[in-house]
Formats: sequence, structure tokens, C-alpha cells
Amino acid sequence: MSQSADNVIDHAALFLEPQYDSMIEAKRKNFENAPPQAEIDRVREWTKTVEYQDKNFAREALCINPAKACQPLGAVFAAVGFEKTLPFVHGSQGCVAYYRSHLSRHFKEPTSCVSSSMTEDAAVFGGLNNMVDGLANAHALYKPKMIAVSTTCMAEVIGDDLNAFIKGAKEKGSVPADFDVPFAHTPAFVGSHVTGYDNAMKGIVEHFWNGKAGTVAKTERQPNESINFIGGFDGYTVGNLREVKRLFDTMGVSYTILGDTSDVWDTPTDGEFRMYDGGTTLEDTANAIHAKATISMQEFCTEKTLSLIADAGQEVVALNHPVGVTGTDRFLMEVSRITGKPIPASITRERGRLVDAIADSNAHIHGKKFAIFGDPDLCLGMVEFLLELGAEPTTVLSTNGGKAWEAKVKALLDASPFGKDCQVFAGKDLWHLRSLLFTRPVDFLIGSTYGKYLERDTGTPLIRLGFPIFDRHHQHRYPVWGYQGGLNVLVKILDKIFDEMDKNVVAGVNDISFDIIR
Amino acid sequence: MSSAIAATTEDIKARNQELIGEVLKAYPEKFAKRRAKHLGTYEGDKPDCGVKSNIKSIPGVMTIRGCAYAGSKGVVWGPIKDMVHISHGPVGCGQYSWGSRRNYYKGTTGIDTFGTMQFTSDFQEKDIVFGGDKKLGKLIDEIGVLFPLSKGISIQSECPIGLIGDDIEAVSKAKSKDVGKPIVPVRCEGFRGVSQSLGHHIANDAIRDWVFEKTGDKLAQFESTPYDVAIIGDYNIGGDAWSSRILLEEMGLRVIAQWSGDGTIAELEATPKAKLNILHCYRSMNYITRHMEEKFNIPWVEYNFFGPTKIESSLREIASHFDDKIKEGAEKVIAKYKPLMQAVIDKYKPRLQGKRVMLYVGGLRPRHVIGAYEDLGMEVVGTGYEFGHNDDYQRTTHYIKDTTLIYDDVTGYEFEKFVEKVKPDLVGSGIKEKYIFQKMGVPFRQMHSWDYSGPYHGYDGFAIFARDMDIAINSPIWKLTKAPWS
Repeated sequence: MSQSADNVIDHAALFLEPQYDSMIEAKRKNFENAPPQAEIDRVREWTKTVEYQDKNFAREALCINPAKACQPLGAVFAAVGFEKTLPFVHGSQGCVAYYRSHLSRHFKEPTSCVSSSMTEDAAVFGGLNNMVDGLANAHALYKPKMIAVSTTCMAEVIGDDLNAFIKGAKEKGSVPADFDVPFAHTPAFVGSHVTGYDNAMKGIVEHFWNGKAGTVAKTERQPNESINFIGGFDGYTVGNLREVKRLFDTMGVSYTILGDTSDVWDTPTDGEFRMYDGGTTLEDTANAIHAKATISMQEFCTEKTLSLIADAGQEVVALNHPVGVTGTDRFLMEVSRITGKPIPASITRERGRLVDAIADSNAHIHGKKFAIFGDPDLCLGMVEFLLELGAEPTTVLSTNGGKAWEAKVKALLDASPFGKDCQVFAGKDLWHLRSLLFTRPVDFLIGSTYGKYLERDTGTPLIRLGFPIFDRHHQHRYPVWGYQGGLNVLVKILDKIFDEMDKNVVAGVNDISFDIIR
Repeated sequence: MSSAIAATTEDIKARNQELIGEVLKAYPEKFAKRRAKHLGTYEGDKPDCGVKSNIKSIPGVMTIRGCAYAGSKGVVWGPIKDMVHISHGPVGCGQYSWGSRRNYYKGTTGIDTFGTMQFTSDFQEKDIVFGGDKKLGKLIDEIGVLFPLSKGISIQSECPIGLIGDDIEAVSKAKSKDVGKPIVPVRCEGFRGVSQSLGHHIANDAIRDWVFEKTGDKLAQFESTPYDVAIIGDYNIGGDAWSSRILLEEMGLRVIAQWSGDGTIAELEATPKAKLNILHCYRSMNYITRHMEEKFNIPWVEYNFFGPTKIESSLREIASHFDDKIKEGAEKVIAKYKPLMQAVIDKYKPRLQGKRVMLYVGGLRPRHVIGAYEDLGMEVVGTGYEFGHNDDYQRTTHYIKDTTLIYDDVTGYEFEKFVEKVKPDLVGSGIKEKYIFQKMGVPFRQMHSWDYSGPYHGYDGFAIFARDMDIAINSPIWKLTKAPWS
């Protein structure tokens, strides 16, 4: 008996104890009809081969371990970035339980969102009554200033018409006629969570700029000196938006962050639960039409939104999740060009500090091979940073990336000697990546928590960057954008490199390399 | 916080009534009436908790419930480790339920076991328009190529499947014949029913119709003994089924199957050979135990492996179905762990004595864990089920005290108000609730996932349970939630 009150051991140690080990082994031997170990070993080795990879890449129907989620998750993400806004997902309720759990597991914060709880009867008769009752209840209970509606695939398959339903609900008095209920159709069988972010953001912007669903006159744009900024679906949104605001404030730029999630996913523990906190005010959202330009940090997250904004007469600038020196330079120079505000010396010094840090450390990264997976823009930003570190991106994979993304990554790689051996995979999943890590080994893998299965199977050390990060805490509080963010990413990469060097040391064998100075 | 304890039974009941009245005021009238049926105070002499249950959630209220898919794929089928479970439909459902329940298993993932993988047909618009049956057939072939050691496939339907008229049963039949392995279609579309619960039922029925019916006279590979039992309704969260199994084996029983934590298709198929089915999560697996009772004459018994008091009575109850050898074995097991249990209680009870707990969980936990808290001198003052039925609330009366606040399918709004007023020392619920209550300054443990700890079942598990409750309640951080200057 290994358990004791003095030293309570949980699953991590308990099941290594001999009494459990032998029990689990006996279960396997006697009752599981398990294949012989030799057969398991044979198949495991076979999955590492080129032959297996060919079969793996011949898949047409089956998707295994995808690195993408569905549209409404992104819609919820976008909605909570607005002042006292309650996301409302029209369709089955289980979906909402999933979105809330998923986001809370990443941010370690509450995520508020309601559902219209459609069931079989709604599948037959449509979900109008659910919308009518749902908006009334949500409005009465949670006293939001705005309810942002999106859809699950159930509502999309049966063809519920949000525009008509919301109008109908307002006629029935669910919410006041002038209450803001922007909406977006977000079918889960089209695109991914980044598409849903785009659709929801577009729906909100359109609502405020195009006469609030016919309740007020369409806003006449009167250009001012302000700029709009959209971060996109970003696992580092808390740290990133705070960093971006600091940079804007330092430059003296007048700005509106559209979808400011930096407070709602980082509220204090002080005795009060803030269901709503911070966020872009509805007034600022409406006035954002007058801005000179809109900068999006994630092109593939905001394609439709930017197109709408461009049609309203603004200049739009789409970046690709800039990380590092060159990316941040480009971002700040665009801000400076648009606003006419010079980049102040204090920011130039920040830049110099990041360059300094890279110069100090790059010998450890230079020539190292990396595989990267994640959302399309994140991959682009990380590739660009790795290239300037002298690293060699070898495999870049985005399950929700398309042809345009693939072309963009290739162009980036082609422009650098460090990118010449890299392969790019759009629409592939992490089981494809598993094969690639065996057939084209790399030194490090960059990606979300899901990458830990690849780390286990292939031995490639994982550097956690992306969404979701479930198994490490508080990463989202630190920016990856701006020079300061670049420094954070650099340190994260370096820490892993040094940890691996130390981890691989065996006393008396190769501990001559077990250096205390590096 | 104990200042909030009302002086008398009447006081508490009056406070509960006032509290319920207060939260109901926030609803539009029609829905206040509907919610009123789900909220109440337990009257000590009643045969149930006095609330309605297993009724549709009202729209727009932040219900904590999930869906039928979650009940089938997430709970019942997902842990069967040597089968591939396809989340059939769009990508999201499988993604959000990927690896989140911590159903531990032994095996080489991706080779002979597949529990922490996400297999999906990743429906695109064309699949919705033209149907997904062809794609399903094709992906079954692809599984055969890439995962030759997989022992079968289950098809977990997401919402669109039932809406677009796909015939997954026909595909399953045809393909199962082709590949010679079980292929189980499960109609657990998320819009069916009112919660996870119907998904459990549908999943149980699928095992009945597509595993038992197909197994036929295929004999299990082992010789029967008079002491063969099956663990039903333990999902091995954090290793729960293992810390339960070890006790059953120590008392002389032989566990021939685990449903479904660390389970295999071979174990499912062999279960009709059991002499007794022992049922932990009644809610999610009573259906199949009742079926096995009718069809195979296998008796079943409910048990509770949370906390020494309930473990002890459960071991004796289980043993009562066997001969003296097993009865003696049970006593030996109880005696063996007594010193450990006493040491755990001696260590933690003084730190936890008198602390008040509010629970809101699913399955069996809103009642089953109460004894474990009581073993530590704690008191459960409020409890409720996400997806319980009336028979759960009846069973709950054996655990709770007069005056316990009861809330069925609680809404986020109600739960916050209740906790605000009742001021418990600990809330036990899920990930969606965790950070809300912690921000309010209330210690919290996730009681679905054991907050990434566990196991909590069995004697070994109780030590961990006690440690974790102490960690939650007695963390120094709760004294720092107010700034000294505020």
C-alpha cells in the first residue's frame, strides 16, 4: 500500500506503483484481447515510414487531430470584446457548453454565453420561438447592453433566418426595438473559428454602421484622424491588446480597438464576479466608421470584415500576426504612415533591445529546424520571426489554411535563404504532421497544446505557441506582438532549447556539456 | 463565512424560500413559473427532493447542460480505448471534447488505442447538401488502412446527421460486413432530448443493438469463475476505475469488464458472462444493466466508492451477493485500509470540520460525494443535477439533510445568487463555473474532472480527495482577495 496521509500521491505517481501496474497489466492480458506486443511494435514502427506517410496523405474523407475549431467559437470570441455584450448562439445548447469550456480552459477565466436551446421540436418547426424566448430571458437575466447572435450548424441546416427571427422577436417585445442585436450566420461546416470571428465582427460592424437594422439612419462617414485596430482570434489577446494599446498611447495615436477582450478575459479575483468588463463601447464601435483606416493583425481572420470596412471608404491594412523585428517594424510603420505620427525614440529603443537580445542568443537558434502548426496568420508571423532568427522553418502546416495562405507562406520562405527547405501544408491535420515529423525530422515543434501528442510520439520538443494552450497557465497574459512580445517569444524558444540541452545530459556520459554558462 | 449559517431549520428553510423567490423575480413571468418547479428545499421526510427534472432548459439562460453527443461520445463511448470513435459532422464537437474528460487508459495511442485522438468527418457544405454517407464509407476504409489494430468503429452523430437524412445504419451494416469488425452507428445528435442524458441512453441502446446483438454466441476468451463481476459506469477519470478495481480484486472478485473507462470492445462483449454487474454511475448506465438483467439474468447493484463510510457499506453490499469467501475478503479489505483512512481523517478533518459545501454536477456526483465530505466533517448545504431524472432525486434523499437547497438544471444567474447568499466555504462544479466563484472569493473544485487530479474513487482516491479539498479551502490566497487599503 503506497498511499499515505503523510504523503498523498495522485494519479501521476499512484499508478506507477507495482500493485497498480500489475493489475492493469493483468487486465490487458486476460480481458482486453489486446494484440501481441510484437505486433504493436511492428505497426508503431511502420507508422514512422514513408510508406505510411503516403497512405496517410492519400486520405480523402477522414480528418484526424485537426488544429481548428468551428465558426461559432470565433463568433463568441469576437462578441465578448464589446461593452456589456452577451453572445447568444442560436441552435443546440450543447455547443455553447463546449465554447464556454474551451475558452475557459485556455484563458482560465469565465466565458459568458447563452444558447437558444433548440431541440427536436425546433428542428421540425424552426427555432423562432427559441429566439423569441431566448432573447427575452437573456435580456431580463443578464442585463446586457448588446446581444450578439450567431448560429450552430443545427440552425444553419434547417435554414433559420436570423434577420427575420430577430425582427420577429423584437416585434414580440423580447427586447426593446432599439436594442442592439447584431447577428452573423456562422455555419460550422464552412471554414473554421477564424471564419466565425470574421463573420461575427463583420455583423457587429455592419449593424452599427448601416443603420442598426433599420432602426436609425445609416451613418454618414465623416473621416477623422483616428484608426481602428482588430486583433482577430488570438490566444494572446489579453497581453497583446494591452501591448498594442501601450504602443498606440506612446505614439499618441487616436484609436479604437474593435473587439477589446483584454479585460473580460483578465478580471481580478477580489470578491466580485464581473460578467462583463471593458470591451469596445457601442458608441466607439459606431463612431469607428469615421476612422481613417483599419488595421487588422490577422488577414485570414478578417477578410470579410475588412472588405466591408473598405467599402465604407476606409483604407484597410491586413497584417499576418506580426511577431519579431521585421513584423513589428511593418506594423508600426503602417501606423505611423496612416496617422502621420512618428515612431518615438522610446519605441525605437524597445526595438533595439529586441535586436540586442536576438544578437545575444541567436547562435543557439541559428540553423535549428522547426515545424510550425496553427492558425494561418500565426504561422505566417512565426515563420517570419524564425527566418530573422536564422532558424530554418522546415514544415509549416495549417488545418484551416487555404491556397492563398499557402502561396503567401511560400513567398515569405522564398525570400529568405533560411526558408529554402521548407514545405507548406494547407488543410492538413496533425496526423499528417506526425508522419512529416518522422520523415522530415526537425529540432523543435511550435504549436498549441495539441502538439504534445506529437512531442510524445515523435520526440520533437514542443514550444507552446498558439491556441489553445490548456496545459500551461497564464501564457495569454503575455504579449507576443510588439518588440516586447517578440522578446517573450524569443525567451520561450530559448528556454526550451536550453532545457532540452540539459535534459539530454546523462551523468558520467556527456555531462561535459552540462554548462552553467551559455 | 460560517456567520451565514442560519440558526434553525425553519430559518434556513425561510431563507431558501426567500432566495428562490428573489431569483425567480428576475425572469419574465412565464419562465419564472417554469423555473420555480426546479428549485426547492429538501423536506426531510419526503421521498424525493420536491423538484421537477429532465425537462427542457429554457432558452437564453446559460444552462450548464450539454447535449446528447456529449453524453454518448464524451461519456459512454469515448473511453472505449481500442475503437475509433468518429465525430460525424462538422469539426467543432470532436474538437471541444478532445481529451477533456481525462478517461485514463493504458495503451499505445494511435496504434492499438485511440482514446485521446480526435477523428472527425469534418463536414463541409457539400456534405450537408449531398449527404455524408459516401464520405462515411470512405473514411471507414481509411481507418482500416491507417489503424489496422483498431477493433471497431463507433459513429457519433452530430446535429446535421439527423437533419439531412443520412442513413448511417445502412453504411455501418454494409461496412461492418466488409471489414469484419463492429461498426456502431449512434444517433446522438445534439438536438435530441434535453441534455446529455438522452445521449447516455442512446449510447447504451447502441451497445445493446450493435454489440450484444452482433456478438451472438461468440465466446469470451476466458473461463468463467463464480466471482466474475463487471464495473459499470466508471469512466476512469483520473484513474477512478483502477482505484476501484483494485479493491474488488483484493476482496476476491474478478473484474471481467470496465464500462467504459480503460474499456475495450472485448470487455463489452464479454460482460454477459458476469455474475453481478456493479453500477457506479446509475444515470448514464442503468439502461444497459437493466437490459442485461432482463436478457441475461445478471443482477446488478449500485455502489458508492467515495469516502470510507460509503466504500465500507458498498463493499459489504457487493459481497452480500457472494459466498463467505468474498464476504470475508470484503472485511479484510475494510480492515486493511482502516488505518490509512483514519490517518487521512485525523490529518484533514480538523482543517475541514464544519465547512459548508454547495455542489452542482452531473451523473451520480450530486449525491455520491456527500458521504466523502461528511467523512471529513463537512456539510453539503446545496446540491443539484445538470441532467438528473426523478429517480436520481429520489436516491438523493438518502444522502441529504433536511433544509438542503436543491436546484435542478440551475442557470448561471441562479447559481451565482445562491452562492452569494448561502456563502458556502467550497463550491464543487465544472470548468464553466470555476472561475466565476473563485473571483467571488469562494474556494472551488471541479467535480467533473477532479480539477485535473484524482482518482477520487476507492480508498486511495479518498486520500487525494481529502488533500484536494484542503488545498482548495485552506489556500492562503483566499485571505488576500481584498487589498489592505480597500
